[in-house]
Amino acid sequence: MKRIIKGFMIASTVTAVGFLSGCGDNTNNTAKSDVVINGAGASFPAPVYRKWLYNYKQETGVTVNYQSVGSGAGIRQIKAKTVDFGATDKPLKKDELDQAGLIQFPMLMGGVVPVVNIPGIKKGELSLSGKTLGDIFLGKIKTWNDPAIIAENKTLKLPNLPITVVHRSDGSGTTWVFTNYLTKASKGWAEGPGTGKAIKWPVGLGGQKNPGVANSVLKIKGSIGYVEYTYATEANMSYTSMINKDGKTVSPSQDTFAAAGANADWDNAPGLYMVLTDQPGANSWPITGVTYILIHKEQPNAKLIKNMLDYFTWCYENGAKTANEMNYIAIPKVVVEKVKKQWATQIKK
Amino acid sequence: MGAIITTENDEIQPKQSIGDRIFKAITLTSGILIIVLIVGFFIQLAWQAMPAIQKFGLGFLTSSAWDPVKEQYGAATSIYGTAVSTVIAMLIATPLAFVISLFLVELAPPIIGKIMSQALDLLAAIPSIIFGMWGLFVFVPFMQNYIQPFIANTLGLGSTPLFGGEKMGIGLMTGGIILALMILPFMSAVMRDVFRMVPSVIKESAYGAGATTWEVTKDVTLRYGIQGFMGAMFLGLGRAIGETMAILFVIGNTPQIKASLFSSGTTISSTLANNFAEADGIFQNVLFELGLILLVISFGVQVLAQLWLNKVRKSNGGGM
Repeated sequence: MKRIIKGFMIASTVTAVGFLSGCGDNTNNTAKSDVVINGAGASFPAPVYRKWLYNYKQETGVTVNYQSVGSGAGIRQIKAKTVDFGATDKPLKKDELDQAGLIQFPMLMGGVVPVVNIPGIKKGELSLSGKTLGDIFLGKIKTWNDPAIIAENKTLKLPNLPITVVHRSDGSGTTWVFTNYLTKASKGWAEGPGTGKAIKWPVGLGGQKNPGVANSVLKIKGSIGYVEYTYATEANMSYTSMINKDGKTVSPSQDTFAAAGANADWDNAPGLYMVLTDQPGANSWPITGVTYILIHKEQPNAKLIKNMLDYFTWCYENGAKTANEMNYIAIPKVVVEKVKKQWATQIKK
Repeated sequence: MGAIITTENDEIQPKQSIGDRIFKAITLTSGILIIVLIVGFFIQLAWQAMPAIQKFGLGFLTSSAWDPVKEQYGAATSIYGTAVSTVIAMLIATPLAFVISLFLVELAPPIIGKIMSQALDLLAAIPSIIFGMWGLFVFVPFMQNYIQPFIANTLGLGSTPLFGGEKMGIGLMTGGIILALMILPFMSAVMRDVFRMVPSVIKESAYGAGATTWEVTKDVTLRYGIQGFMGAMFLGLGRAIGETMAILFVIGNTPQIKASLFSSGTTISSTLANNFAEADGIFQNVLFELGLILLVISFGVQVLAQLWLNKVRKSNGGGM
């Protein structure tokens, strides 16, 4: 069924492209314009991917399609070869990559931020350590004036208000990044719920996707949740600061997300498997996520793979500005060099 | 065109034209398509669910475990939420739909009846996602600020297990009410059409014999239309059980079984909608098994409905 749909999509896109180029939009490389690249997967970077492929089409005439169907579905589709590239928020381990004949490379970074609704507390004022955050989400810390929170916020007046935890009800890469951080930073969390796109939450209520969590947190006094940074800024929510691995208090921003990416040890990451949570560095935001692209090593269609790599190179070189406008961070240049080396050595044309 | 009447003698077959034969073939294939679809769904779901069925066995139905990280799953929480929200919806929607349709058919002045009938049909056509969004942004705060405090504090039911706990606005009760609102126009419209089909000559003779409106309703309209009335109920029930988008936003999506109707829960369909995009491995098989359970429940409800209708038809007469 998927194949039929894909067939239709390709057919219709090819027709559309043919029609457009027939209309005199022929200033660019016409040989390229009959190639269509299809991708599917993670919804977290989808806004940026959509903008990129639109800009790329304008510049080069090459059509790239991206279906935001979720990381899990993206992995399924690239394994079944119904798409040309997959996208996932949760990197695959090296043996899973080898088994499926895939390679992965990072494309974008972004931050997940805790958001709170405490009367009198403005954005960035409350700062929490990973252990305290873990205890809140474990239900061990029940009120906002708990000694553990006060110890980390001596200057704030915290009310005697019960804490309501809000989490994602749908399986999501955001939850994976968040719980991965808690697993690293809180011993109780590692022994209890653990890391996953969907987990067994000890306490709290579920909200549907980012807007659902944001809406519940804005509505319920004394609540705490977690959303992608973009959502926190757009909905003007009061996010918290975090005490990172080096013991420094950091606010979520593009700089602190980028710092987490720059301080990571990419040299010792087999298959470029890298999780940017709880990274060292004075300025590193501890709950940073990376989103990945997956492609097959075996690429029988030389034209397709050339176009695909051209597109990804373009994204690395020209996509940063678009990404920053949407509060995502481009991958550091050092890492891009590693990715290109990986392309050269691992892809069999 | 084959106009020979053969009621007297079955041996004389009408000569079928080519057009008739083609028409018959088309209708037959379309009919078979329905059977193929339903059987195909069962087989496909069972096939995909097989690894989960083998791993968890029958205990899956009664287990309330739900831990994707440790790969422990059970269907009890989802089945419970589906059952409770559906029962609440039916308890609210059935009497209301009955009264509304009765008003439209028996009591409303023609002009008002016509306007309200139109409004009813329009309401029945509203997509369920609209009910879900309206539910989240408008109805949930209303429940949280007015209805739940009223039930818990003003009526003093807050100490009973059924209405205890935190008042968050979302939860099983809110889900049930949203479902009720969603199936209400649909059920009313079906019941209205049923009651309209009661021959007016029978009603008029009852009125002529001195019966009151209520007596005519009870002994003529309802008796005559009982099958249609129950048919409407079961149609509403069928929609409520499988409804996804309307309830997804307001149920809270927490896999737990708690006595309080204010507590958040989850339904089979909302569990599927929440997890399908990101599920892999055994988790995906578990979701297919949940889908199979939902299909079996809906199927069972339909079979029971048919059996019951047959029984009512035998004991009660009834014209439709």
